[in-house]
Formats: sequence, C-alpha cells, structure tokens
Amino acid sequence: MSAAFANENHQVADGPVKVYVPIDAAAIAAGSNKVARALAAAAGERIAMVRNGSRGLFWLEPMVEVVTPRGRIAYGPVKAADVEGLLAAGMLEGAEHPLRLGRPEEIPYLAKQTRLTYERVGIVDPLDIADYRAHGGFLGLRNAIGMTGEAITEQVTQSGLRGRGGAGFPTGIKWTTVRKAEADQKYIVCNADEGDSGTFADRMVMEGDPFVLIEGMTIAGLAVGATEGYIYIRSEYPHAVRTMRRAIEIARADGALGGSVLGCGRAFDLHVRMGAGAYICGEETSLLESLEGRRGVVRAKPPLPALQGLWGKPTAVNNVVSLCSVPWIMTHGAKAYADYGMGRSRGTLCIQLGGNVKYGGLIELGFGVTLGEIVDDFGGGTITGRPVKAAMCGGPLGAYFPRDLFDTPFDYEAFAAKGGLVGHGGVVVFDDTVDMADQARFAFHFCETESCGKCTPCRIGATRGRETMEKIIAGRDIERNLTLIEDLCVTMTDGSLCAMGGLTPVPVKSAMTHFPEDFVPAERKQAAE
Amino acid sequence: MPSFERWDLAEASKVVTARASEQGATLEIFHELAERFGFVDRAIVPVVAEALNLSRAEVYGTLTFYHDFRDHPPGRCTIKVCRAEACQSRGALAVSEELFRKLGVGWHGTTDDGAITVEPVYCLGLCANAPAVLVNDEPLGDLRVETVDELIEEARS
Ligand SMILES: Cc1cc2nc3c(=O)[nH]c(=O)nc-3n(C[C@H](O)[C@H](O)[C@H](O)COP(=O)(O)O)c2cc1C
Ligand code: SF4
Repeated sequence: MSAAFANENHQVADGPVKVYVPIDAAAIAAGSNKVARALAAAAGERIAMVRNGSRGLFWLEPMVEVVTPRGRIAYGPVKAADVEGLLAAGMLEGAEHPLRLGRPEEIPYLAKQTRLTYERVGIVDPLDIADYRAHGGFLGLRNAIGMTGEAITEQVTQSGLRGRGGAGFPTGIKWTTVRKAEADQKYIVCNADEGDSGTFADRMVMEGDPFVLIEGMTIAGLAVGATEGYIYIRSEYPHAVRTMRRAIEIARADGALGGSVLGCGRAFDLHVRMGAGAYICGEETSLLESLEGRRGVVRAKPPLPALQGLWGKPTAVNNVVSLCSVPWIMTHGAKAYADYGMGRSRGTLCIQLGGNVKYGGLIELGFGVTLGEIVDDFGGGTITGRPVKAAMCGGPLGAYFPRDLFDTPFDYEAFAAKGGLVGHGGVVVFDDTVDMADQARFAFHFCETESCGKCTPCRIGATRGRETMEKIIAGRDIERNLTLIEDLCVTMTDGSLCAMGGLTPVPVKSAMTHFPEDFVPAERKQAAE
Repeated sequence: MPSFERWDLAEASKVVTARASEQGATLEIFHELAERFGFVDRAIVPVVAEALNLSRAEVYGTLTFYHDFRDHPPGRCTIKVCRAEACQSRGALAVSEELFRKLGVGWHGTTDDGAITVEPVYCLGLCANAPAVLVNDEPLGDLRVETVDELIEEARS
C-alpha cells in the first residue's frame, strides 16, 4: 500500500473543524480530489479532512460536509474554483451560500430512503475502524459469535434475504447447504465483479464502508464453518480494490480478522483477488475458475458450488450487497429486516439509478416501490429534458421497460411476471432519442464480446444475432430477419448453459415487444413521419 | 502516472518464481507483470507453465482469455472508455468518436507519439455521471463532445 494512498484516505492536518470530502470513485469523477486539494491548500490548519464514501446523491457530488455544532452541513456540487468563495462566506461555520444544502439527512432524496445496508456509507471514515464501531459496527458479528452456525443460518433464512447478485436465491438456504456439507475446508467467496451497466452499489459500499463487507463475510464464515474467504473484485474498480485491501489489513491488526475473530477463538481471514476485465467472471462458476487461476469458463452445474466450489470445497458464493446486509440482520434481528418489503421479496433493495436521468444515485428502499416512483419522483426525468422512452432494469441481461410498465413494483416475482428481472437493482434511463433496434443489436454484441465460448447457442447465437440485427437496421429483409431473431432467442434461451446466453434474449425481446416501431426500416419510419 | 519498465524476461521470471507457490496464482502473476511492464509478453507462458506445473496450452489459454492482459506495450497513459448502456444513454458514442478523431486512433489503438492508448470497457460503476472514463486509474465523468479536449489534456499531462 502506497503511503500516498493511505494519506489520501485519512485526515489531513488536525485543525478544529472536521470536513468530509468524498473519495468515492464517482465523486472523484466529479472532481472531489481537486476539491480536497483546494480545501487543504486554502483552509490549511483550520480543518481536519476526512475522505468519506458518497451518500449516493451523484448530481450533488462533490458534496462537502462540514461538522458544526448544529450537525453536519452539506454543500454541493462543489468545484475546486468554488472553494475560496465558500470559505469566505463562512462554510466552516455552516454559513449560507448558494451551494449550501443544509443537513444532508434532511435532503428529501435521502430522507425518503430506508438506509439499512448503507446506513454508514457517506457518514463514516471508511478506513477508521473505531469510527465503524462507533456507528454500530461489529454488533452483528458479536451476536453471531454467541450463536451456533445453525442459529445464524436460521436468522438469515428468517430475514427472507435473497441474493442481490441477480438470481435472487435465498441466502439462508445456500448457507444451510454449505453448513451441512462435510469437508476439511470451506470457503466464503464474495462476488464483487459487478459488471452490469447501471450498477454501482457494490463499488459504493466497498469504497465507503469496507468493514461491513468484512463483517458480513466473517458472519458467513461462522455460519457455515469456513475459515477463509476471497473477495473477487473487477479490475475496473481500482479504488475499491485498494480500499478493501487496506481495510483487511486494518481489520487483521485490530483482531477482527485472523486466528481468533474478536477474541472468540475461531478463525477467519480474507484475501482480495482482482478480475481481469471479463464480464462472464461475474457468473459464480466462471468466477471460481478465475479465482483458481484459469480461463473464466462456466462450469456445468451440478455439482453446486455450495458442495464443490473453490478448489472443490464447499463454498458460499454471495454478492457484496447480500453479504453487507447480514450485519444489519444480525444486529436488529431477522424480523426487523423482514418487516420491510412485499410478497416474497423481503427487506430493502439498493436501487442504482443512472443513465439519462436528472438525479441519479443510490436509493435503498423496502421492496415494493414502483419503477415509476424511482425514475420520475427520485430521478426527476431525463437530464436532457426529453421524454423518458425506456428504462433498462437489471443490467445487460435485463429488460427494457416502456412507460406503460412503470407501475411495476420492485419485487422479484412482479418483475418476472412482466418479462423482466430485478437483477442487481440497476435502472438505466433512456430518452426518446434512443433507437431500440440498436439496443437489441448491442445486447447481442455484448454477449458476443463477453461469452465464455463454452456452448454453441451463446457463442454462435450472439454473433448471428448481432449480424441479423445489423441487417434489420439496414432495412434488409426485415420480416424474415425478425423471425430469425425470434428463433435465435428461443435457441439461446433453451440451449445455453448459463444465464449469459440464456438471458441475452431478454433485452432483445423486450425491445422488440415494447418498441416494435423501432424495428421497421428507416424508409418506412420516414414515411410514417 | 505509471511509468512502465521495459520488458525483461529475466525480471519477469523472478515475479513468477516469487509467487509460484501461491494457490491459483496465474492471474495474480499476470496482473503483477501488467502493472510493472504495461503488458504481458507471451514469452512468459513457458516460464509460468514450468513454475506452476501447468501445460503451456492452459497458461496461454488463461492469458488470452482476459481483456486486461495486452500482448504489446500501451501508451504512457491509457484512457478506458465505457461503452455500456448507461454511458450510451448520455452520448458515449459521440464522445468516443470525437476522441478517436482527435487522437487518430480507434479501440485498442495508441497514438503515434506513444502518449495515449484507448481501451473499451463495459461499465465503470459511474453510471450516474455518464459518460465516464478512467484516465489511468483516475475516474472522470459527465464527458461531452465539447470537453474531449480537456480529457486529452488530462491524459497528456
Ligand atoms: C453472466 C452473469 C454475470 C453475473 N454477474 C454477477 C456479478 O457481477 N455480481 C454478482 O454478484 N452476481 C453475478 N451473477 C450471479 C452469480 O452467478 C451468482 O448468482 C451470485 O453471485 C450469487 O450471489 P447472491 O446469491 O448473493 O446473489 C452473474 C450471473 C451471470 C449468469
Ligand atoms: S451461455 Fe455463454 S457464457 Fe454461459 S456457458 Fe454458454 S457460452 Fe459460456
């Protein structure tokens, strides 16, 4: 770990006024590092700067918060050039300024949310383990330490938690399978490959509250009897990789990880491994192959990874958000968690709103909120000011929903009933300039680029699909080619080994079903206008 | 700004030997080599195969499966441009075309002066600040065709 990075994430100077400047990658993308440098230069010894995670209100980033006697006062979006004016106006006392947002927790976008899994993100210093404890950290692990593996697993089952990585499989049931398996060694593997476009929940929590993932994985280890865990993080997330690695070192030095977790006598330790730019490595068996140092080719199931996973040992593979939800459940109880939600979707979903939308960000809410509430009420429509045409939900293997379906509540079953999927909770908004035939082409192109190549329907189907969509877009033999696409979709859905090939037809078919007008040739389109 | 060492098989082999006993070390080794030299010369394949007791075919297969392990040196700065849906919705295509036009390169291309390489990526998790890129490891969001010059300047600095 470079000293520069450690400094970046830690308090500069030791002045009287505490100032928070996010170090979340999206905040940096908006200029937060420049703001931090400008503040350090201009306010020098007057401030103690903490580089926190983001609250997830990305149109307000960089959002600077100042600790005042009346609580934290936020300013945003702050550009480096604003810093002098802000200081002159009395920002360090929480004074008025056109960029002043007031208390962050009272900003409606945040006030309307139910932050459970993300309760500390944006609030704490991500790499200060004392700060983590001061905000309720390790309470869930402490409770788990006093329980049997069976009792922990039972709590997680009762909470109704389902995997947030995409498939929505009940976490407690997966853990039970791993727990009951007989083996000399078991593993917890965290899937932090977060490849879906429009998703950033995993990244935000790893950068903003890394100890909660460590705590969640440790609880998982105690529950199933695993002493070792791996976090597989995509290489597109260099900041998350560094923060997690650093947090693990800190947790080890603290005794939260290692030979005797929090002094309980049982061992658990963690390693970070970095992906190498392959979307398919988010699929759990491909991820395991990659962790073992091989090509990320999907394994046939059975055997389930829960029985024969990493190096053939029983392995619980879980998504970041699934694991990060566990400490809250173990702190507040299964029932408190299950009280949120609807139907068979219990607890909260961390929706990620992005794309062409005015107010993009992280929205954690109990299941049941509708797509329209997210896109219109939270999102405020498109940033281009044009009408919303479609929202892609659940990543590149999810459906494009038209406005007609915006009354669909976020609920695994309700989304499935409309031909879509909740997936990892990403929502990408498009305005009326989007050409859905081109999006269908892209869905095939993406599958063609990212297929692991193991089975023919996916490997060849995606290429044929892309070529055929190109013909349709060029206006050649539309009817015949559309029939061919339909056919291809059936083959891919039925014949693919994994959901990469199996679900690529979802975006394609949803585009064709809901936006048929985009699939007619250009001449006809013009004539119709 | 990373400055890569010139490829040296003997030095690269030391990296391999140092990590050979780690379980499933292949990717970790390639990452370390890529970080140090900017790419992974395929000449390392037999060395890794020998050290990890794997077949050359398997090592070669692993090396070529992943987008991250280039087989030739990149420019001094790599701009990773997101091509995925969220960035598409905010005009990423126009931004990348402008970038190509100004630099005179396409995907995976390096400018003649060896300054900048452009690589495609599918999602950087900056979807509420689209279109987004990574300039080496530094994220940059809300790009517009009009701000491509600033991006290039940042990459050259
Ligand atoms: C092509 C493909 C990509 C996937 N990508 C991810 C991913 O990036 N992150 C993730 O957690 N799960 C991903 N999954 C789902 C995993 O296979 C697996 O279901 C999940 O990691 C299990 O964890 P969970 O039960 O906590 O959701 C992907 C699945 C497929 C088929
Ligand atoms: S569906 Fe595609 S990605 Fe999945 S196993 Fe088959 S070829 Fe590989």
